[in-house]
Amino acid sequence: MSFLETRLLGVRYGGIRAVRDIDIKVEEGETVALIGANGAGKSSMLNAIAGVLPHTGKIYFNNADLTNKPVFDRVKLGISMVPEGRGVFGRLTVEENLLMGAYLGNSQQDQDADLKQMYEFFPRLKERRGQTGGTLSGGEQQMLAIARALMSRPKLLLLDEPSMGLAPIMVEKIFEVIRGVSKTGVTILLVEQNARLALESSERAYVMESGELSITGESSELLHSPKIRSSYLGEGD
Amino acid sequence: MDIFAQQVLNGLVLGSVYALVALGYTMVYGILGLINFAHGEVVMIGAMIALAVVSALLSVFPEMSPFLMIALAGTAAILVCMSLAFFIERLAYRPLRNAPRLAPLITAIGISILLQNIAMIIWGRKYKTVPQIFPTETFELFGANITSVQIFIITVSALLMAGLLVIVHFTKLGRAMRATSESQRVAGLMGINVNKIISVTFMIGAGLAAVAGILIAGNYSVAHYSMGFMLGLKAFTAAVLGGIGNLGGAVLGGLLLGLIESIGAGYIGDLTGGFLGSHYQDVFAFVVLIVVLVFRPTGIMGERVSERA
Repeated sequence: MSFLETRLLGVRYGGIRAVRDIDIKVEEGETVALIGANGAGKSSMLNAIAGVLPHTGKIYFNNADLTNKPVFDRVKLGISMVPEGRGVFGRLTVEENLLMGAYLGNSQQDQDADLKQMYEFFPRLKERRGQTGGTLSGGEQQMLAIARALMSRPKLLLLDEPSMGLAPIMVEKIFEVIRGVSKTGVTILLVEQNARLALESSERAYVMESGELSITGESSELLHSPKIRSSYLGEGD
Repeated sequence: MDIFAQQVLNGLVLGSVYALVALGYTMVYGILGLINFAHGEVVMIGAMIALAVVSALLSVFPEMSPFLMIALAGTAAILVCMSLAFFIERLAYRPLRNAPRLAPLITAIGISILLQNIAMIIWGRKYKTVPQIFPTETFELFGANITSVQIFIITVSALLMAGLLVIVHFTKLGRAMRATSESQRVAGLMGINVNKIISVTFMIGAGLAAVAGILIAGNYSVAHYSMGFMLGLKAFTAAVLGGIGNLGGAVLGGLLLGLIESIGAGYIGDLTGGFLGSHYQDVFAFVVLIVVLVFRPTGIMGERVSERA
């Protein structure tokens, strides 16, 4: 069995089937992108895996069946999600936000060491550690959200639209961070509308269309596939 | 005796009890967006349980130290009220978590009526006199008289409020409570068991309510199955005045409301030439509520934190 595996995963909103019986597999250490148009069901898929959305079908992670596990149990097993829109606690300070990430955390020493490491990784957050999350810029909030997710020492990091609403220079920076995280061995499942960026930062990709998988393959190949180029990379033939 | 100083002092005593109760309203509102109208009845149950325990102890061990007696009665009341709040949330509010907002609100009023009637069946309709287990001594302070009971009320309230603020702002549990009140969904993603935090929030509020019930019964020397109703409404007013959802606001609102009521009741007779007497005391809370809702619905300390995208 793969590290993360969904079998016939489905998500419904009322009568609408946002995700239709999807099977995906992610191996340990991989970075896999889930791309597609707005409303294709990518975020629903990610939310179902994180346990925030009710779903049908099965989800297996690290040889455990996640299907009926509440979200906090999935965090315990090593899944951490950076939600769409970042989900920074606006009234908590930057440091408190980071400590929330270590809520189920290990010892105090580990927590202190992780905090120190995050501040080294994101000096900007150290400068602002006493400020409330709501006062940060969008890019800083995204960094905070990623750092917070890493504070739980996840085995699988789920990233939902990390580039959304950010200035291009910030997007570059965030993806640099994501590639850095991937190098440390964390498995990443990335949902992203910016298909080029997603393909450039991942090893494999699934393309979703109206709740179903349309194309899957190596990211480097998809980058050059004519269909992907015309539909998702905005390049004519 | 300076009348103004006396009214200020009485107002602070009353206000600190309002503040304790208002904290329960504001914590639950902060986390669920629910006005828990049954909270006043939890105060009443706390007073009734404590009274029952004290009466039983007095008849069995009349020589027992009053401090031990109040400690035992307080512990019993706190435990009963916490369990009560746990079950109210679990059985009445949780199933309605995703229902339209009106449903839990009406349920809260229903629970309030239910608890009043249960209390009436158990303890009867008559006003119950609270035995004076403490010798009441009177001291003078800034020209006002302060009794040992009043000193006890202010001290206990202040300690509890300080304790709560420390828990909420400086502990892991408190961080989790604040995170949950901002976003249950994201709090869950941090690994927080949101339902547990909500239960704990209800239980902390109920513990404070139990103590408030004991204090208010001690202050007026009476307890009654309907005592929680008006007290609950006033504490709710205090929470709105301070800015509902804001803990500091609840404390401030409680103290202010106590002062307004006490000073208002002290002077309303003079101001209206004797037309309205001090029994119009209750009018002030609701005038305050209306004025706040019309002119500053977010209360004194309540303000929306803008979250930049």
